[in-house]
Amino acid sequence: MTEHTAHLARVPGPLRLFWRALKAIIWKDLAAELRSRELLSAMLVFSLLVLLIFNFALELDAKTRSTVTAGVLWVTFAFAGTLGLNRSMATEKDRGCLDGLLLAPVDRSAIYFGKASGNLVFMFIVEAIVLPVYSLLYNTNLLYPGLLLVILLGSIGYVAVGTLLASMAVQTRTRDVLLPILLFPLVIPVMIAAVKASTGFLEGIAMVDIRPWLNLLVVYDIIFVAVAFMVFDFVVEE
Amino acid sequence: MIIVRKLIKRFGLKAVLRGLDFQVEQGEFVALLGPNGAGKTTFLRILSSLSRPTLGEVQIAGYRLPAQSAAVRRKLGVVSHLPLLYGDLTAEENLRFYARMYGLESESRRVSEVLELVGLTPRRRDLVRTFSRGMQQRLAIGRAVLHDPEVMLFDEPHTGLDQDACVMLDQVLSEVAARGRTVVMTSHDLARAADLASRFDVLSRGVIAASVQRSQINPNDLLAFYRQAVGDGKAPASAAPVTMEQPA
Repeated sequence: MTEHTAHLARVPGPLRLFWRALKAIIWKDLAAELRSRELLSAMLVFSLLVLLIFNFALELDAKTRSTVTAGVLWVTFAFAGTLGLNRSMATEKDRGCLDGLLLAPVDRSAIYFGKASGNLVFMFIVEAIVLPVYSLLYNTNLLYPGLLLVILLGSIGYVAVGTLLASMAVQTRTRDVLLPILLFPLVIPVMIAAVKASTGFLEGIAMVDIRPWLNLLVVYDIIFVAVAFMVFDFVVEE
Repeated sequence: MIIVRKLIKRFGLKAVLRGLDFQVEQGEFVALLGPNGAGKTTFLRILSSLSRPTLGEVQIAGYRLPAQSAAVRRKLGVVSHLPLLYGDLTAEENLRFYARMYGLESESRRVSEVLELVGLTPRRRDLVRTFSRGMQQRLAIGRAVLHDPEVMLFDEPHTGLDQDACVMLDQVLSEVAARGRTVVMTSHDLARAADLASRFDVLSRGVIAASVQRSQINPNDLLAFYRQAVGDGKAPASAAPVTMEQPA
């Protein structure tokens, strides 16, 4: 240890190191995206195109509209989310940066939570733009607090599983194809629950009928965040 | 500093490392030579805790892998032929990011010191994607020494560099070694290895087939030593090392 690097010997505790690493990864993802705008622009353009296609394809009357809104929204979020998840991990893999992250002397679950949080932020940004655009195109009010809660819970579940699977898929040559093939079957419960709960709020169904779907979303989120926390280390190590 | 015993690594049925023994003392600079497919990169990935050994014992700075991998990673700096840097961040932002990942205190001061060390202070605010390959590799070395590691692993650091960049990289490598760090570097470039290393090990078919100290070999004989260790490329290398001196 040289004299001028003696200050490097002070090592923060594991929990503090965990939080610093988690925040650093979120900051890095946002800063890089602010410069390149690769990920968000791809997700947004794709989402808006899906909405436009649905708009022309379905030609819905006002009554039918409320029954399909939730489906259209969640299909859009799921497809755009897959694009984002793929891109987010590909950026790490292409220049070997995933190895750079894994070499840090930090609990590797910090890497998972950092990447998942970044992905969640991107997902929320896309959703915050898609919702008003959908409202304009379909002349439907979507600003229900209940619907926003469903979107929050559904997005957490989707990103929790998606980030874990994207870390697996990115190690393979067929990562672009592999991620949706692995992801969509696993997120069926979250998609069904999110669509049912969203439709419930949009149609003004009683809370007692919506609550089971909300509970399913919460349980799904907890289970898959916990599973990812436990297995991420094994997923990323050869 | 590094102790490896009976290391085996299999990918499916294919054994890449077959009972490898390896030991490096503190302050040694070991050039790990060997043909393509010999297992050099796999070996370095195991040492750097990016890959789990199938069997065998690996100890670095007194910590065991994979059980104490976070403690080992704190002692390690790794440079591969990929820069492990983010193109959309500046040089300073990249180092600052890794400083946070390593939990370094006074990160601004350390980042400035490292930029100075690798000669990139004038380009600190430029995006890494605008850097030449040589500059990226210098910054990659900066990233690897950021936390002042005791052990440095270099995986073919000269790959893809032009002559000027190689010379500059050698200067940085010499400076890193001069600070008393333990270094293991894989390379195909015998001449550069001869200039830098204090010991030469040849990895062939998953074992250390030969090992020699720099003081015990004329640099001009290194190629003959290497060829003898690797064999003719068809017959398996002898399990018994053709060593002039075994590692301690």
